[in-house]
Amino acid sequence: MTPVSSKKTPFTFDSIEPESGLKAALGKSRADIIAEISASNLRGRGGAGFPTGTKWNLAAAAKVPPGGRKFVVCNADEGEPGTFKDRVILTEYADLVFEGMTIAGLAIGAADGILYLRGEYLYLRPHLEGVLARRRAANLLGKNVAGRDGFDFDIRIQMGSGAYVCGEETALIESLEGNRGEPRNRPPFPVDTGFDGQPTVVNNVETLAWVACILARSGQWFKSAGTAKSAGFKLFSVSGDCTAPGVYEFPLGVTVQELLDKVGGSGAKAVQIGGASGHCIPASEFSRRIAFEDIATGGSIIVFGPGRDMLTVAKNFMEFFVEESCGQCTPCRAGNARLLEGIEMLERGECSMAYLRELLGLCETMQVASKCGLGQSSPNAFMSILKHFRDEIMGRTAVAH
Amino acid sequence: MLVGQQQRLSDEIRGLVERYGRQRNALIPILQELHAAHASISDFAMQVVADELGIHPSEVYGVVTFYQFLRRESQGRFVFRLCRTISCDLAGKARVARQLENDLGIGFGQTSADGRFSLEWASCLGMCDQGPALLVNEKVYTRVTPEQVHQIIEECKATFGAHARQVAHA
Repeated sequence: MTPVSSKKTPFTFDSIEPESGLKAALGKSRADIIAEISASNLRGRGGAGFPTGTKWNLAAAAKVPPGGRKFVVCNADEGEPGTFKDRVILTEYADLVFEGMTIAGLAIGAADGILYLRGEYLYLRPHLEGVLARRRAANLLGKNVAGRDGFDFDIRIQMGSGAYVCGEETALIESLEGNRGEPRNRPPFPVDTGFDGQPTVVNNVETLAWVACILARSGQWFKSAGTAKSAGFKLFSVSGDCTAPGVYEFPLGVTVQELLDKVGGSGAKAVQIGGASGHCIPASEFSRRIAFEDIATGGSIIVFGPGRDMLTVAKNFMEFFVEESCGQCTPCRAGNARLLEGIEMLERGECSMAYLRELLGLCETMQVASKCGLGQSSPNAFMSILKHFRDEIMGRTAVAH
Repeated sequence: MLVGQQQRLSDEIRGLVERYGRQRNALIPILQELHAAHASISDFAMQVVADELGIHPSEVYGVVTFYQFLRRESQGRFVFRLCRTISCDLAGKARVARQLENDLGIGFGQTSADGRFSLEWASCLGMCDQGPALLVNEKVYTRVTPEQVHQIIEECKATFGAHARQVAHA
């Protein structure tokens, strides 16, 4: 009943000398720090994959209004179904994350860091506050950090309150500001108009940990792993029908089959990559690569064994989106509910092909017309399951449950 | 609510405002503290918070009703949240759910008549490799089996009172 460590492979993080990334950063100019990150080709590990160096450059160049200040926000609102790598990082490598935030503060010229921690992880807070207190005592946070005159940086923790959509960066900022977590229109982007209208960098927990590693080693070192378009290593949260679920590190570009062999899921029928908002990959496509140029993901891998009913899977995901849609825009609010109804019709064996085509048309509308990533990606699982497993979904004669 | 109770609650809210400030971004931390202390946020509390922060009470209402962990209706001292995401589903959450209903004597979305227990679904709890996962207030239980449900409830009953809701403060 008590949680155990989810870590299943050694992580590159283990080989990094503590604070060596920050030390290296303190010896560089702001431009050189960002140049090192850009040279590494690091892309956001939360799932969207935006180049981190580009984001930092924009925030560094952004003008601060009189009396204003820049912010570094760590997105620890890990809520994508099947994702738990950030919990492991925050539990076992919190120093590395805070080190990465401090480097970000130095690079963009921010004095304030905020860790936005999901409400479900409240039990991690005492540990994280302890790490922050230790860093303050060691002058790794606070005034003149690590003896660098004029570089002040501190980090506070703000809790989420149970809303998946707050993992979207503008919804997260709305929540930080004391509002409903409803995503904003973009542009303007947070690097320009973020928390309290100030230039703000929002990075995923894992991204910031890699930042510290890259400064400790080099951009070239990071780039030497992975593929040409997807540099470096990635943590994967593996769950479902496999013998050794947990968090694994692989270089990007690993094939689905290689990953399955490693986690004890070789006989799988399908794999959901990217969580509820990701794609369902059938066994015939297990030679595909997990990388930004093929199957992009924040790292959620859910394995489905031979006996699993894929319509049940689609229904579970759609129930999730009906619950978690913020309700602000119509395609997402109404669309997800219609898709769930459609799945229930399929379950009862009452869905005509004509209506199914209408539902697929609705999926496309949601993808193009929804305001944020939630509604744009929520039809993915339904569409990919329908595409690959139509033979087991149409013309059902009995209710599955 | 009695006048004395209202006064106490108002004082408590003013104390929180002292700590977190009057700016809008203090709203959610204040509401989180209130909810942790009272297991709900009453209309009266929302009005006082709005007055203190100088915003319309409908703004506070909008925030309270948006977030899963902030509630107007009173919740039990122990809130059981069973993860309903697919990984915990594959790991057998349906039987745990049934046994929770049986042993607590309430359905999902309900609070027991004695005000001790609430039962709810949670979206992914981030324990997907160790499901089924159950969050009881701030404590997480993993690989929960139907026969363990009774023991978890007994643990809660044993701690009811002084340690019922320990909340980490900044």
